[in-house]
Amino acid sequence: MKYESQKVARLYFIAALGLFVGQILFGLIMGLQYVIGDFLFPAIPFNVARMVHTNLLIVWLLFGFMGAAYFMIPEESETELWSPKLAIVLFWVFLVAGALTILGYLLVPYARLAEMTGNDILPTMGREFLEQPLITKIGIVIVALGFVFNVGMTVLRGRKTVISTILMIGLIGLAVMFLFSFYNPENLVRDKFYWWWVVHLWVEGVWELILGSLLAFVLIKVTGVDREVIEKWLYMIVAMALITGILGTGHHYFWIGAPEYWQWLGSVFSAMEPIPFFMMTLFAFNMVNKRRREHPNKAAVLWAMGTGVMAFLGAGVWGFLHTLAPINYYTHGTQLTAAHGHMAFYGAYAMVVMCIISYSMPLMRGRIANSNKAQVAEMWGFWLMTVSMVFITLFLTAAGVVQVWLQRYTETPMPFMLVQDKMAVFFWMREVAGVFFLGGLGVYIWSFFIGTDADAARDAAKVLAKANTKENA
Amino acid sequence: MNETFTKAMARNIFYGGSLFFILVFLGLTYHTEKVLPERDHRENITEQVVLGKKVWEENNCVGCHSLLGEGAYFAPELGNVYTRFGGSKEAIIAFIKYRPAEGIEGRRSMPQFNLSDEELEAVAEFLKWTSEINTSNWPPNIQG
Repeated sequence: MKYESQKVARLYFIAALGLFVGQILFGLIMGLQYVIGDFLFPAIPFNVARMVHTNLLIVWLLFGFMGAAYFMIPEESETELWSPKLAIVLFWVFLVAGALTILGYLLVPYARLAEMTGNDILPTMGREFLEQPLITKIGIVIVALGFVFNVGMTVLRGRKTVISTILMIGLIGLAVMFLFSFYNPENLVRDKFYWWWVVHLWVEGVWELILGSLLAFVLIKVTGVDREVIEKWLYMIVAMALITGILGTGHHYFWIGAPEYWQWLGSVFSAMEPIPFFMMTLFAFNMVNKRRREHPNKAAVLWAMGTGVMAFLGAGVWGFLHTLAPINYYTHGTQLTAAHGHMAFYGAYAMVVMCIISYSMPLMRGRIANSNKAQVAEMWGFWLMTVSMVFITLFLTAAGVVQVWLQRYTETPMPFMLVQDKMAVFFWMREVAGVFFLGGLGVYIWSFFIGTDADAARDAAKVLAKANTKENA
Repeated sequence: MNETFTKAMARNIFYGGSLFFILVFLGLTYHTEKVLPERDHRENITEQVVLGKKVWEENNCVGCHSLLGEGAYFAPELGNVYTRFGGSKEAIIAFIKYRPAEGIEGRRSMPQFNLSDEELEAVAEFLKWTSEINTSNWPPNIQG
């Protein structure tokens, strides 16, 4: 770490991980409600738990992205952050607004919350992932503007790199596309059409730019590969992301009333959406193979390779499975969608945030890398969470296949609730995998508290000394 | 990647390709907007349908149900519930109205939302309109 102001990222990362724990706890509640229907009813109905689960995910990833930008931008720009104070103020604004919103969901019936927060003035609530009250949405915009301004000013007065440019395009895109959350036409078809401009053009559009630049940054640092090479890869990855992803939006327009040419366009372009993710995997493995230094932070390298692979599997392969219109006709809105959603968000976004945390957190604590013991624990966390997520995805996929078969494909389709009972065994197994995931997250967080600065310095020195002898020999 | 393929070329593909597809996407959006009225039957969006959509949103129905396949997968698809319930708004209204406040032992149950008669009528009207959208024949069958 070269600039003092990079340290504001630490606050953001701590909050991100705290909210991540909350997200998983509510995930487990929902998972149980799938099999014990009246669990916590009517205190926390499923829709409330789900809102908390998904909104916490979005908010912690945003905290992660912002923390990443605050850490990366000064170092890339070779100058202090324009205003660390603004970053700290915005942190607290975002955290308090986020916490109040979650409390609102939990303590007040949603309809009452809508009434209290002026949903009548401009109805924007009650749409999936965009459930936040109007004032929260305005708060998000203010925080995003302040944040983009702060990092933007830093970029403008310093060195401009490809990584910081792509990151800035991604972050500005994120803020701009969010503005469509204020547009809620009375016509449901048009509502859905533009709703995807937030949701799809985030996760299968501009967020991939953020993902690519975070990954590229960490890879430069831990492998020492020439910046020119890494930046060429980054350009090609984000080029493919947008070339396939923008028209790939069409795979959401198959059955919502939009014209039928979207079935062709959406199928063809979204079928190519795995390409940028596959390139990310190649990118990560290639750069690590060509590394010119042995970085003592092995855990960060593991996260970098892991996010490449898991993003490709979750977003790429599991997305492709049901993206072609004739297949999606049967799978649309089933547990297959849930399977894909879980692995894609974990593999692409949760893991890349943990990757940058893994790389930067020791630096902000005055270490090159954590002690061996801490890194071993962190890697246990990595494997427990990742393998658990693979199983969650497999069980949900199995549930989805049963659902598609019994409810959609057979000659004598069965009613929804009857089919749900037949899927119960897979829902139970998913819940067990979820408990293991929570365990993995616990180990991961525990790893932050293992080992002293002295341990860390000693272990890092060993790795560096070994690398030196190799070089001299 | 080899040396003949330069960073500048990669950059041009990124900016040029993205811009091109943004423009194509905007063009297609314009066209979709033009032909949409034939498919969404917007002439049938009455004040009641508008209120129904608002009630749908303000009770976060999409937190459990899917509507045209989008939403949560905890409770049945409602894009075609009007047809599934035999084209009866009364059946939809009765279902929502008589949910037990304390739920059903061991089972999933819809919360009691205490909607007014006007709101109930509006939601049913909204779901009726939704069932008439041309969704390219989705869902595959009546079970949604």
